[in-house]
Amino acid sequence: MKILVYAEQQDGQLKKSALEAVSFARQSFESLGDLNITVLLGGQVDTQAAADLGLYGANSVWMPSENILNTFEVHLHSLAIQQALAESGAEVLVMAHTYCGKSLAPRLSVAWDAVLAAGVNGIPECAADGSWKVQRTVYSNKGIASYAVSGTRRILSFLPNALKPVECGSPCSVTPWNVSVNTGAARTRSLELQKVQGKIPLTEAERVISGGRGLKGPEHWHLIEDLAEVCDAATACSKPVSDMHWRSHDEHVGQTGITIKPDLYIAVGISGAIQHLAGVSSSKTIVAINTDQEAPFFKVADYGVVGDAFEVLPQLTQAIRRLRKG
Amino acid sequence: MNILVCLSQVPDTTTKISFSSDNKELNKAGVQYIINPYDELALTKALELNEASGGGSITVVHVGGADAEPVLRKALAIGADQAVRIDTAPMDARQVAGEIAHFVSSASFDLVLAGRESIDYNGGLVGGMLAEYLDWPLVNVATSIEGGAGGSMIVCRDMDGGREKLEVNLPAVITCQKELTEPRIPNMRGIMAARTKPLQVLAPQGKGADMHVLDHALPPSRQACQFFGVHQMNELVEALHQQAKVL
Repeated sequence: MKILVYAEQQDGQLKKSALEAVSFARQSFESLGDLNITVLLGGQVDTQAAADLGLYGANSVWMPSENILNTFEVHLHSLAIQQALAESGAEVLVMAHTYCGKSLAPRLSVAWDAVLAAGVNGIPECAADGSWKVQRTVYSNKGIASYAVSGTRRILSFLPNALKPVECGSPCSVTPWNVSVNTGAARTRSLELQKVQGKIPLTEAERVISGGRGLKGPEHWHLIEDLAEVCDAATACSKPVSDMHWRSHDEHVGQTGITIKPDLYIAVGISGAIQHLAGVSSSKTIVAINTDQEAPFFKVADYGVVGDAFEVLPQLTQAIRRLRKG
Repeated sequence: MNILVCLSQVPDTTTKISFSSDNKELNKAGVQYIINPYDELALTKALELNEASGGGSITVVHVGGADAEPVLRKALAIGADQAVRIDTAPMDARQVAGEIAHFVSSASFDLVLAGRESIDYNGGLVGGMLAEYLDWPLVNVATSIEGGAGGSMIVCRDMDGGREKLEVNLPAVITCQKELTEPRIPNMRGIMAARTKPLQVLAPQGKGADMHVLDHALPPSRQACQFFGVHQMNELVEALHQQAKVL
């Protein structure tokens, strides 16, 4: 089976989701045999980094010869992917369900006339008749739905952090690839880019420290940030916190905010309303810190501390610092 | 501007989710339906855009059964001029987008607004598919929308690790994110007026679905919480390191 993987980059660096995408394709379809995975890089990156995608299962990597894809414009990237689909003869396109993926996948499913299984939370079960069974969360993580996917052309987009990239091969060849799309095909003009500097993007983070009303005000957020720093975590918050403008809305996790599935989620001073739990309950390990021992969060948490955040957080930060130094 | 707002109805955010005995569908008993919160932002933004420019008309469209008419009436009460319901029971995003695209091509809209996703199936796909069917530009996950020069719009959108301000020509499809605006509560005059505003029911074009739900399940239940005292942080960290292996 021929598969095209779309691998995202930013500022010339492969994103974490690029490795996940290659590994996702390899782990999903290895058992079917005769697998050929071509990777289209969504922009120019370091040649060695590109070749190293072979470690995760790529057979070949196509590096755009022109710089037209280096910044993300959905219409240009959609056309480039269609060109690569035609040239590679792929039957399946694999990509991450990131902001970029969420813009590209639906356009491509119509343009390439493919069945789209979007935002799946694990590798598909492949049946003997060639169909797949995939799972994705619905009702904002309050339920899981299974779908049957068939059709001659298919697009599979997976949630970031859905699987750990596994090394299984050796560096592969990197081929220059001529993009036949020209800039005139762009349909939006970028006026300004604000990049969050030095922070781990929330959706990609393996660890997340989240604060709620129990922090009593934005001036106390250094306690959250200190803890996040010692464990390389992203920071997040509950809805009331972003509604009161203590933190910006792009940190709001929950049913009407961002849905995340990190390895570790530490909730500090968040009671655990059903809407909040919906956004975080896929986390592998949950730690809740709250003064109220009846807080609903303790019903879903793996580890709990009944206590005042102002007392608990400095000690927890210290303890993790000691562990990481030792 | 003539603006179309795509509207879906979803269970209220406080709903405790359970499924029918065969797990094929949501257990609808006692479920309150609301306008999908992101679609409600799209509707409010449409009103604001037309109030600022002093003209135009707003149509809301829903693909689904008659049970959605209360939320369409609510949209009319909030301020939409007319509602359209395409009468079918859609199974996936492609079917919804195909039906809306067919409707859009029979009318003349300058702008289509939709929520960035619905909070029931969380696909976030209808906007992008619709844009491709119409061959219109797409701006996904917009946090601000303003009129620009010469019939263009200036839009800020969320992206991976940041935010982008961009310009897009109309007609376009834009999907709406939190922070765009605050939803409006309909007033008594709006509620009265909504009773007589047109709600048109259209026959579906008959496009089928690609994706079929096999079954639903509730997320696996978690193990009982293990508690640590305020002065047992070393023990907690040890558990996270040795037992959970997340540090």
